[in-house]
Amino acid sequence: MEVKDKSVEFSSVPVDLMGINDRIARIKARSIKSEAKVAGLHMALSMIDLTTLEGSDTQQKVRQLCYKAMHPHDELEGTPPVAAVCVYPTLVRTAKEALKGSEVRVASVATYFPSGQSTLEQKLEETHFAITEGADEVDMVISRGKFLAGEYTYVLNEIKAVNALCKEHSVDLKVILETGELGSLDEVRKAADLALLADPAFIKTSTGKIGQAANMQVTLVMLQAISDHYHRTGARVGMKPAGGISDAKTALHYLMMVKEVLGEDWLTNKRFRFGASRLANDILMQLRKQQTGLYQSPHYFSKD
Amino acid sequence: MTKDWNLSAAPESTSHVQLQQEYGLFIGGKWIKPSDGKYFETSNPATEKKLASIALAGRKDVDSAFKSADKAFESWSKLSGAERGKYIFRIARIIQEKSREFAVIESMDGGKPIRESRDIDIPLAAAHFFYYAGWADKLEYVFPGRKVRPMGVAAQIIPWNFPLLMAAWKIAPALACGNTVVLKPAETTSLTALKLAEVIDEAGLPPGVVNIITGDGSTGALMTAHPTPNKLAFTGSTEVGKQIYKAAIQGGKKVTLELGGKAANIIFDDAPIDAAVEGIINGIYFNQGHVCCAGSRLFVQETVYAEVLAKLKRRMDSLIVGDPMDKNTDIGAINSKEQLKTIEHYLKLGSEEGADIYQPAGELPKKGYWCKPTLFTNVAQSNRIAQEEIFGPVLAIQTFRTIDEVIEKANNTPYGLSAGVWTDKGSKVFQLTKALKAGVVWANTYNKFDPTSPFGGFKESGFGREGGMHGLEAYLAFD
Repeated sequence: MEVKDKSVEFSSVPVDLMGINDRIARIKARSIKSEAKVAGLHMALSMIDLTTLEGSDTQQKVRQLCYKAMHPHDELEGTPPVAAVCVYPTLVRTAKEALKGSEVRVASVATYFPSGQSTLEQKLEETHFAITEGADEVDMVISRGKFLAGEYTYVLNEIKAVNALCKEHSVDLKVILETGELGSLDEVRKAADLALLADPAFIKTSTGKIGQAANMQVTLVMLQAISDHYHRTGARVGMKPAGGISDAKTALHYLMMVKEVLGEDWLTNKRFRFGASRLANDILMQLRKQQTGLYQSPHYFSKD
Repeated sequence: MTKDWNLSAAPESTSHVQLQQEYGLFIGGKWIKPSDGKYFETSNPATEKKLASIALAGRKDVDSAFKSADKAFESWSKLSGAERGKYIFRIARIIQEKSREFAVIESMDGGKPIRESRDIDIPLAAAHFFYYAGWADKLEYVFPGRKVRPMGVAAQIIPWNFPLLMAAWKIAPALACGNTVVLKPAETTSLTALKLAEVIDEAGLPPGVVNIITGDGSTGALMTAHPTPNKLAFTGSTEVGKQIYKAAIQGGKKVTLELGGKAANIIFDDAPIDAAVEGIINGIYFNQGHVCCAGSRLFVQETVYAEVLAKLKRRMDSLIVGDPMDKNTDIGAINSKEQLKTIEHYLKLGSEEGADIYQPAGELPKKGYWCKPTLFTNVAQSNRIAQEEIFGPVLAIQTFRTIDEVIEKANNTPYGLSAGVWTDKGSKVFQLTKALKAGVVWANTYNKFDPTSPFGGFKESGFGREGGMHGLEAYLAFD
């Protein structure tokens, strides 16, 4: 029988929805033009975790995605590769081989993604499998059920255990809070504060598998948690909004939010990522437009 | 990887702005040259460049403005409310159509960032006309059991911090209630009021219903001493307000005054701190602090003082000070050389009084009038920087321990226009709103305005309310 345990020593802070919305409105009012726009688009592209997480994924599909990750659009000079390719554990080896020799990393979801409904042993086993297959990064999910039941110690220990395993193999851990299941921004902040106690490489909003994925509100709340954590401990934890970010303009707003809340130290793919599949092509279209002054047909950009 | 991701310049275009070199007085529906032939210059405080020559209204001009308002009152006051409403709706719509031009002129003439004039000043001005247009045919239902009628001619004098918006606050309810007006904008910011006169002309208002005359304090004094108006409405400094009050009493006129403030913005330790920090910024650095309801006194509960101060300084460091016409500017130019002198006087005084000053690093433009966002810590309640209205981007921070202590300190001022309370606890909000002697108390937000909400002060911050149904009362006579 499980015992509810609220004894974990951690405190969170209240979040005000109006305040969050006001701050976002200010950030969205920033006008990002000309050189700043091109630099921002390049930066956004280099921060993408190009993702495919379908039951129908095959090795061929993953290889295509990997080529796109390394060569988003060769016709456009100066386009950087994306940060990583994100797949299920069984496809890590395929991705690793396809990406050999490039700087693009392989991220694997693990811990019974997306629901996380399994025992810690099973989660560790899956994580271990992903790592031995060659993953550079692991995206884990927290046990939302336990979190919402107030079993914070359980959730924290789980994250700590997975993170310890990752660190042992120099693998970066991203902790998915699945904010769409947490119910309020106060809970998002609390989950972020809890995850930060385990000192992961990144915290991440969503699995992309439920209706509500990343938005600017939850991202801002999580960035504020990261900022407080940094000023308290000196540790620079990264951030990854995932799902639902598909246009370049929104991506630039996210980068502006990172710059204003955390500062330029976070404007690198070591500390900020977009979990997205469609975003890359919109960024490419915008870069092309900056270059030629004209929008091109989407048919000119590969869909993988 | 890119570091130093800086914003490129994003200047708002000024090519669509139509300004004349010289502006006359708008009296009786016509543009008239000043009888004394005197003009003064209005300039851009960000560049010190001249924008236009503005007529200085003298005694004869003031006379003729009131004469035409008086004459127009006869027919305007008899017009049905629905008809009056149509004219006011038309003004609102034309302002919306020309909102970009209005925003650009407001920022050129007054120094405020284009983001604010575009997103706040101009939309709110249009909203005030829309709102009061709706009341014009419903006046008989506003005060049940009481019969209302128009008051007559109103003399209205407005300040330089929100030039078009203050004109809208004054003119919209006056017209809706069937009055005619003579309005004078502030000397340094006449242009949008003169543009508004063009809009009023375009809307086809009967001649003399709205007269807009320009000038300095001498013109204002002529207006308040004039026998014709039944009503004086003034927004500005407490010092001038007191003179106007005297003139009103001597002339037996009705009066509403919206004067200075030294608002307390109170942060409790259970507040959402990041939101509160943003509220502090919006409270004091909005419009360069040229805001009568600015949250210029900050009270922070001691338990969270270090955190709030550290976050506040970091946020200040990210504010962009400079060209008001750039869409990314957070803090624009100080409205005038004179006002900059006043602010600098207080900066010096604060340091002399022993307070510690903080300003972000960074260069200010060479030309124009500028002041960095500033805060003072180690401030005592008895310091002049904590007592007197500075009307600039200058914040005085004090700490407190208990709720009773902060209520006492917050109310310990001759002013009482506004206040802010930040806490996650609803009951505390209501405890504070009851205890604070201020016309507006914002809870977990600051400097939010809406035409439906009444605005006005306690004590030396003035009396009478503008906005909402309350704003109608100031322009109606009761049988």
